Amino acid sequence: MSGFLGLLTRDLRLALRRRADASLAVLFFVLSAALFPFGVGPEANLLARMAPGVIWVTALLAVLLSLERLFLADYEDGSLELMVLAPQPLELTVLAKALAHWLTTGLPLIAAAPLLALLYNMDPAGLPMLILAMALGTPSLSLIGAIGAALTLGARRGGVLIPLLVLPLNIPILIFGVAALDAALGGLNPRPHIMFLGALFLGSLVLAPIAGAAALRQAME
Amino acid sequence: MSLFEGHDLICIRGERHVFAGLGFAVPTGGALVLVGPNGCGKSSLLRLMAGLIRPASGGLSWAGTPIGDDPEAHRARVRYVGHLDCIKAVLSVRENLSFWAGLHGPAAAGEVRRGLEAFALEKLADMPGRVLSAGQRHRLALARLAASPGELWLLDEPTVGLDTAAQGRLTAAIAAHREAGGRVVAATHTPLDLEDAQTLALAPFAQAARSAEADLGAEFAW
Repeated sequence: MSGFLGLLTRDLRLALRRRADASLAVLFFVLSAALFPFGVGPEANLLARMAPGVIWVTALLAVLLSLERLFLADYEDGSLELMVLAPQPLELTVLAKALAHWLTTGLPLIAAAPLLALLYNMDPAGLPMLILAMALGTPSLSLIGAIGAALTLGARRGGVLIPLLVLPLNIPILIFGVAALDAALGGLNPRPHIMFLGALFLGSLVLAPIAGAAALRQAME
Repeated sequence: MSLFEGHDLICIRGERHVFAGLGFAVPTGGALVLVGPNGCGKSSLLRLMAGLIRPASGGLSWAGTPIGDDPEAHRARVRYVGHLDCIKAVLSVRENLSFWAGLHGPAAAGEVRRGLEAFALEKLADMPGRVLSAGQRHRLALARLAASPGELWLLDEPTVGLDTAAQGRLTAAIAAHREAGGRVVAATHTPLDLEDAQTLALAPFAQAARSAEADLGAEFAW
């Protein structure tokens, strides 16, 4: 457990000292979402209708953008070798890295999402559901992304491969995330969609560390 | 006596035999120096001993138990210092070291200080990793050995970039480690001043294969 906390605090400290890198994802999220009104026109109803989809798609892309660095820096400077050699199970190491990634990427996205919702003239009554759905969905994005980031270590241009591997796996999260928000805004019951998001999160919480650790061991060969 | 042993080890990297039929035994307090030209598999053997890669054939054992039976116990005793120094540019020397010490159990402040002292890094303790020179970086990597005690040290070219004073500190650290019953395996090109160390000379595989063929040929000719 001390290894888990040590790794988590180290990764958070690294992110804090390199704020420019850490803020890149949230900056991308806000900027790219802000571009849509220029493309589709400023009609308020249309924008309000688009808001859930745009927010989720850009959040997903922003997470993808930040995934490459998840293991690459540690792989390049040899730290990953020592983590593989550490007595703590590699699965916990992957979990700690994914958690640090979520805290530095997912959490800022959740904080910025209401701002975008307002920008899109979304009904403020949907804000709690937006935050709940993102709080359940973005951890899964980090966990699934960790598998992709671990698998592409050692591959040339691995950063380009990650989206190809990870995007198909992220589509369910996108679907249920948007559906939950649409249901809440349309006066329907969002509960089933939220349950699905929760199930995806629990599933990836168990499977991603195992798959990620196996991929990291492979990368050492 | 408990031995750290390897027998009939074959290592294949990228469809190429690096070495084959290799064996070694390191007793408690023993030292093994790997020598040989570039590319003969010294680093591969060290990574194999650490458990980072698996041998294509053959086995490693610790006191008679194959290390594959209890990989966690093996990881707990291995301290590996490779070519990469694992230093984060934005963390200070102390932060870098205490993180690595903490990976093997809660880092006692005393142990981190001991690591810094063992390689004369006290004055640099609060400097960020990015300002260190190559030699200082290497000293910091070696300081991990002193900061978290482990039974088996695997050192890949430990003297590269070290000045004479630092080399002396390294030799002293190794001597103290062996005194306490630890074992050292080091790959090196420069002679390491280690008391009664065994030497394992690795030959480039192509050459080894040819001499094996010659032996076979001689047998058949007979």
